[in-house]
Amino acid sequence: MAKVIVYPLTSTILADLVERMGHEALVVPTEVRKKIASTSVDSPPLNVTPDDPKKGLKWAAVDVPSGVRGRMAIVGPLIEEAEAAIIVDDPGCLTGCSGCNRTNELVTLLIRTKGIPVLETSYPTDESEAREFVCKIRTFLEGLK
Amino acid sequence: MRLTKYIITSPESDIMPSDIAMKIYGSNYDINVKETCFGIIINGEEEAISELLKEIRAMDPNGIFIKDRGFPPGDPRRCRGRRGGGPRPGFYMIEYESKMLPLISKALASEGETKAVVRPPKKKPLDLEKLEAIITTELS
Repeated sequence: MAKVIVYPLTSTILADLVERMGHEALVVPTEVRKKIASTSVDSPPLNVTPDDPKKGLKWAAVDVPSGVRGRMAIVGPLIEEAEAAIIVDDPGCLTGCSGCNRTNELVTLLIRTKGIPVLETSYPTDESEAREFVCKIRTFLEGLK
Repeated sequence: MRLTKYIITSPESDIMPSDIAMKIYGSNYDINVKETCFGIIINGEEEAISELLKEIRAMDPNGIFIKDRGFPPGDPRRCRGRRGGGPRPGFYMIEYESKMLPLISKALASEGETKAVVRPPKKKPLDLEKLEAIITTELS
């Protein structure tokens, strides 16, 4: 069983396929669960504590916005733990008022440069693409065993 | 350790969130259940959750999708009831992916009969030398 990080980090489809095929999906909610179980987060949706931007310095420079460093404090440990990765290119759903494209770029860069097996694909738009999508992911995950 | 999971049903699945909730109510597991428009949220001890998930997945192996959730159901730090309404943070991703779930369900169902997908080769940009030759012949 390999630890597979998925991108988007909150993807239902990717996390489900990874778990379905007998591996462990590394996703943000597991890190959030640890965080809320160990420390007090009283002011949602501001889940970043003052310590997080400092922890994020491990992955991003000090002149990088604290929002990116705060997010990296959650995502960074997942990347370090990962033994393989599945990246969906340009999902088109990760930017907006609650997203951060700079963090997304940094996360994909760190995954790609880590030297672990990476599958890059895109979300399907029709049935044949969906078959190809599932087939690619299955083949990739079976190769990890 | 207590876990929280989303159980999301494909829009084309015959299983309704209420069916899953009724199955859990009828089981002997000590689990909290919250029904939502897209599925259910369950919260309980790790062992009970993992056993129950196998039974739930067996209801529709290709139409039920499961993922982790950080906050427990009804947590005042996340619950919309305490925050004055509005979409729940994180719903956008579920909404975006739920449109694709029927495609993924069909792909999973047809996996046994999956044949090699034959795709037309992608068109490559025209070679510069060929373009020059075309321009020369067309303009001469």
